[in-house]
Amino acid sequence: MKIVVAIKQVPARDSLLKVNSSGNWIEDADLSYEINEPDAYALEAGLQFKEKQGGEVVVICAGPDRASQTIREALAKGADRAIHIETEEDSAGDPLVLAAVMAKALEAEQPDLVLTGLQSDDLGYGQTGVILAETMGLPHATLIMNIEPEGDGIRVKRELEDGWFQNVDMPLPALLTIQSGATKLRYATLMGIKKAKTKEVKSLSVAELCGAGSASIRVERLYVPEKSKHSQIFDGPPKEAAAKLVEKLRFEARVL
Amino acid sequence: MSGILVVLEQRDGKLHKMALEALAAGQQFGLELGLPVFAAVLGAGVGAVAESLAGYQLAKVHAVDHALLREYTPDGFTIALRQLLAAHSPSYVVFPHTYQVRDFAPKLATSLGRVLVSDVVSHRIDNGSLIAVRQLFQGKINADVRFEGAGPNFLSVQAGAWRADSLQAGAAAVEVFTPELSEAQIRTKPLELFRESARAVDLTAADIIVSVGRGIREEENIAIVQGLADALGAELAASRPICDNGWLPMERQVGSSGQTVAPKMYLAVGISGAIQHLVGMKGAKTIVAINKDPEAPIFEVADYGIVGDLFQVVPALIDELKK
Repeated sequence: MKIVVAIKQVPARDSLLKVNSSGNWIEDADLSYEINEPDAYALEAGLQFKEKQGGEVVVICAGPDRASQTIREALAKGADRAIHIETEEDSAGDPLVLAAVMAKALEAEQPDLVLTGLQSDDLGYGQTGVILAETMGLPHATLIMNIEPEGDGIRVKRELEDGWFQNVDMPLPALLTIQSGATKLRYATLMGIKKAKTKEVKSLSVAELCGAGSASIRVERLYVPEKSKHSQIFDGPPKEAAAKLVEKLRFEARVL
Repeated sequence: MSGILVVLEQRDGKLHKMALEALAAGQQFGLELGLPVFAAVLGAGVGAVAESLAGYQLAKVHAVDHALLREYTPDGFTIALRQLLAAHSPSYVVFPHTYQVRDFAPKLATSLGRVLVSDVVSHRIDNGSLIAVRQLFQGKINADVRFEGAGPNFLSVQAGAWRADSLQAGAAAVEVFTPELSEAQIRTKPLELFRESARAVDLTAADIIVSVGRGIREEENIAIVQGLADALGAELAASRPICDNGWLPMERQVGSSGQTVAPKMYLAVGISGAIQHLVGMKGAKTIVAINKDPEAPIFEVADYGIVGDLFQVVPALIDELKK
């Protein structure tokens, strides 16, 4: 079983974000980065399925130089090897172009199973997995919480809305986007970190993969959303803020 | 048709709660762009639900009907819609941003070399073209997105971004569209729908809900927020990451994958307010947020807020409530 997990490096969750002066991306000079959390769950699902079924886990990551840190962390957690598609700095790019590049990079791999997170915490299109499936000609299912072998294929548990679930049988090869919550994320062990240093990371450039632009959309401008609701915000010492809030809740909102 | 096609989601003859919001968005785009608006529903035996749309101001309702569309599959829905699009060539295709749409609409758009602009929160018209506004970085940044090329242009609209009660009444003819579909084209096999367990906690019955998010950091700290809930006589709820970690049971989760609540007061502690959470609680009468990040999207929907460290604010609040 060859399992490919697509991961992305994104600004750390608590980052204070500012739009850059040209309004086309964020100020990224002082940001720290981490693995996109939904992708961490995809990696976990891939590692667990490999532990059950045997085979190998290959991570693929498109990003600039700094993404190699996230790739090493994935290898330290137990991925067997990695493909790094080297890109320029991040931008509010086109998900179709990225998927085309990834599909091209995976042509030689012929994976049985491709896993991605359900969305990225930066662009948040929530589509890379599905677009990649269509580009590679694979069947897919999204928001998956469990994967079991079933005959020649797999049976997956899909999350639906309002607490509903559905099992879906599908053939392999296939692509799944993974929902969080079914399992806990593992930490890298010291041994894992040591081993990661010797694992193979293949670098490919976007130019080699010929990422032709689809240009069906253009992101014109980024900006901080205007506040549409006039919230009454209390800051200052916690004691004072708490007193003001309780007074408002008692006498203005009358909910206490 | 060179118009706007709104694809509505239904299950067992009942429209999804976001379907009419997408229709309202479609009508507004149609009005502002001067384009006719069409609706489509997919399924098996969808005549009745299609008829239920005949009272809105629409150019036509397409009942896309086929036995193989009874159960949703991404392959079946994509193939059927591609045929409908080929027959009618709409300029814009509008979806509600539901789980089902997230599953197949990117595939449909990709198969036509287009990008679905997902989770759109608002729009403007610029020189006769529609500019869609969507959120990046979990709602912290907005982006204006322009469609390029020959179309069709695909977009999905966020829950609550358009209001179903703004729909224009009128009269629309229903037309059945029968796609050509065969079993061999559908690669996945959906099985029964199920729920994990009966929900022992009915958050929808609570007058006051105190909800806790990622800002609480450690499982042990949940007790702090439980103390606030006790002081208010409130039910304790949580955003998804807290339930994912097993710190509170899944049945206490509020949001698109959990419960949708509309209490008299919803007090969000350490919750940044990703849209998946907001859709589950923004109907609350009074919303209070406690968060250290003044830019957190939760303040966008809050009536009252305290910007500060929850580990100081919550105990102070409990003291104040006990006075």
